[in-house]
Amino acid sequence: MADDPILSIEGLSKSFGALRASDNLNLDVTEGELHAVIGPNGAGKTTMIAQVCGQLASDLGKITFAGRNITHTPQQKRPGLGLVRSFQITSIFREYTALENVSMAVQLGAGHSFRFFASAQGDPLLREPALACLDQVGLLAQADTEANALSHGQQRRLELAMALARHPKLLVLDEPMAGMGAEETNDVIALLQGLKGKISMLLVEHDMDAVFALADRISVLVYGQVIASGDPDVIRNDERVKEAYLGASEVGDA
Amino acid sequence: MSKHHLLALSALAVSIALPFVLIAAGQEYLIGLLTRIAIYGLAALSLNFILGYGGMVSFGHAAYFGVGAYVVGIMSFHAFQNSTIFGLSGSDAALFTWPLAVVVSALAALVLGYLSLRTSGVFFIMITLAFAQMLYFLFVSMERYGGDDGVIMYNGRSFVPGLDLSNDLTFYFVCLVVLVLFMALFSAVVRSRFGAVLKACKQNEARMLALGCDVRRYKLVAFVIAGAVAGLAGVLNANLTEFVSPDYLHWTKSGDLMIMVVLGGMGTIPGPVIGAGVFLALEEFLPAIMESMALAQYKEHWRIVFGPLLIIVVLFARGGIHGLMFRGQSNGR
Ligand SMILES: Nc1ncnc2c1ncn2[C@@H]1O[C@H](COP(=O)(O)OP(=O)(O)OP(=O)(O)O)[C@@H](O)[C@H]1O
Ligand SMILES: [Mg+2]
Repeated sequence: MADDPILSIEGLSKSFGALRASDNLNLDVTEGELHAVIGPNGAGKTTMIAQVCGQLASDLGKITFAGRNITHTPQQKRPGLGLVRSFQITSIFREYTALENVSMAVQLGAGHSFRFFASAQGDPLLREPALACLDQVGLLAQADTEANALSHGQQRRLELAMALARHPKLLVLDEPMAGMGAEETNDVIALLQGLKGKISMLLVEHDMDAVFALADRISVLVYGQVIASGDPDVIRNDERVKEAYLGASEVGDA
Repeated sequence: MSKHHLLALSALAVSIALPFVLIAAGQEYLIGLLTRIAIYGLAALSLNFILGYGGMVSFGHAAYFGVGAYVVGIMSFHAFQNSTIFGLSGSDAALFTWPLAVVVSALAALVLGYLSLRTSGVFFIMITLAFAQMLYFLFVSMERYGGDDGVIMYNGRSFVPGLDLSNDLTFYFVCLVVLVLFMALFSAVVRSRFGAVLKACKQNEARMLALGCDVRRYKLVAFVIAGAVAGLAGVLNANLTEFVSPDYLHWTKSGDLMIMVVLGGMGTIPGPVIGAGVFLALEEFLPAIMESMALAQYKEHWRIVFGPLLIIVVLFARGGIHGLMFRGQSNGR
C-alpha cells in the first residue's frame, strides 16, 4: 500500500461570521486508509466534509485529491473523480423506492443522462448494480419500498448504498451510524470493515466503539482545528484529547 | 388492461367522436372550445413538465406561448403586406413558420432559463414573472405589429399542403393529434433517464449535486423543452383565433396555465389536460349556469364562483382532479 495521500487538506478555513468553523485545518488520508475524525458537537466536522466535497467554498486553504488540486472544483464534478460523501442528516429521494434511489446514483456514474426515450425503470444497466449495492447494505428485501416508508436505520443504510453506488476512491462518511440500533451499527461496522483497503475512507463518527474498531488513524477536531492525530492507541491515551473531548468517561474499551 | 389505459382510450374515443356529436346537435361553435382545450392542454402539459416533474415554479410560461404565437403572426403579417423582416420575407407556410416559431420560443427559454435558473425558490418565481412581463411590454411597444391591439392574420390560418386548416373540424383534429403526440412523448420522457434526473432534482437537489449531477444543466434543458412546446401551443392558438396580441404573454395567462396544472393534477400526464378542459369549460359555461340559477346579474363575475371552486379542489384534492380519480392508486411514475 502506497503512502501517498489520496486526500490532503492544507490550511483549510471557513468562518460563519465571527465563528471559525474550520480554522487552519490540516489533515490527510493515505491510500487505502480509514481515517476517523472525532470531536465534540459543533467542532466543525460536518463543515470540513462540506468543504472537502465542495458544498461549501473555503475561505482559505488547499484541497488535493488524487494528486489534483480540487480546491475550486465544483461539487458536482468531485464524485466523478472518486470523491463521494454521505450525509449526517439523511439525504435521500423520499418519493423514490430504495431501488430508484440507488439507481439514480448508478445512473449518475454511467455518463450523461440526456437519454429521453428509453425507460430507465427496469434498465438492467442500472438495476443490476443498484441491487448489488442494496444487497451490500442489507436492503435487498426493501428494494421496492418507498424511501419514506423505510425505518430510520434503513434510511441510513440507503444513504450509504447511494454513496457506494458511485464507486468512490475516497468515501467521506458523516456519522453513518447516527441513530442506529446496536445490531444495525454492528452490521455497518462489518460492512465498512469489508471495504477497508479497497476504498479509502474519511469517517466522522460519534460512536467510539465503531471508531476504535475501524480506524487506522484518528484525528481529533476541536474548534475547527486538529488537536491530536495518530494511532487509536495513541489517541486513547492522549491527555489533551481526554481533556478536550473524551472527558473523564471511559473511552474505547471495545 | 388497467383502469388507466381504459380511461385513456375512452377519453381519446370521446375526443374523436365529440365534434361529430356537436355537429349533429347543431352546436358546432363548441368545436372551437374543444380546440382551445387541446391547445391549452398542450401548454399546460409543457408547464407541468418543469413544474410538476422538475419542481421549477415558473410564473412566466405564457411568455413562450406568446413568442410562438407572435412568430406565426408576424410572418403572416409580412406575407400579407409583402414586406420583409430581418431580410426574410413573410410566409404562411406552416412547414416553415411553425418550426421557426418553436425554435424561437426555445431560444427565448434558453436565454431566460439560463438567467432565471441561477436563482431558486421565491426568487425564481419572481424572476420568471419579471422576464415574462418584460416580453409582454416589448410586444406592447411594437407599434408595427399593432402594439396593444396585436396582429390580425388577414391571410387566415397557416398553409399545410394537403390539409385545409381553415376547416374548423380539420384544425381541431390537427390540434388533437399534436396533443396526443406530446402526451405520449412526455410520458416516455418522464420515465427515461432524463426524467428520472428531473424528478430527483425536484425531491432533493442537494443530494443530486453531491452525487455528481450538474443539476442546472438538466433543469435548463427541461426548461427549454417546455418553452418550445409552449411555443407550439401558441402557434396553434394563433391559428385558431387568426389573431395574436400581447394578452398571450400576460402574467394572468401564466397564472391560468398554473391553475390548469394544479387543478388537473401536478406531476401526471393527463392532469394538465384535464385541468385545461375543466378550466375552459367552466369559463365557457359558468356564466350561463349562473344565469339559469337566477344569478344573471352576477354572471359577469363568474370568477367569484370559479375562485372558491379552485380553492376547494386545491385544499381537498392534493393531486388535483386526477388525484381524485385515482385516489389510493400508484400514479404511474
Ligand atoms: N451554514 C452555517 N451557518 C452558520 N453557522 C454554521 C453553519 N454550519 C455550521 N455552522 C456552525 O459551525 C460550527 C460547526 O458546525 P458543524 O456542523 O461543522 O459541527 P459538527 O462537528 O459536524 O457537529 P456535530 O457533531 O453536531 O455534527 C457550529 O458551531 C455550527 O453552529
Ligand atoms: Mg456534523
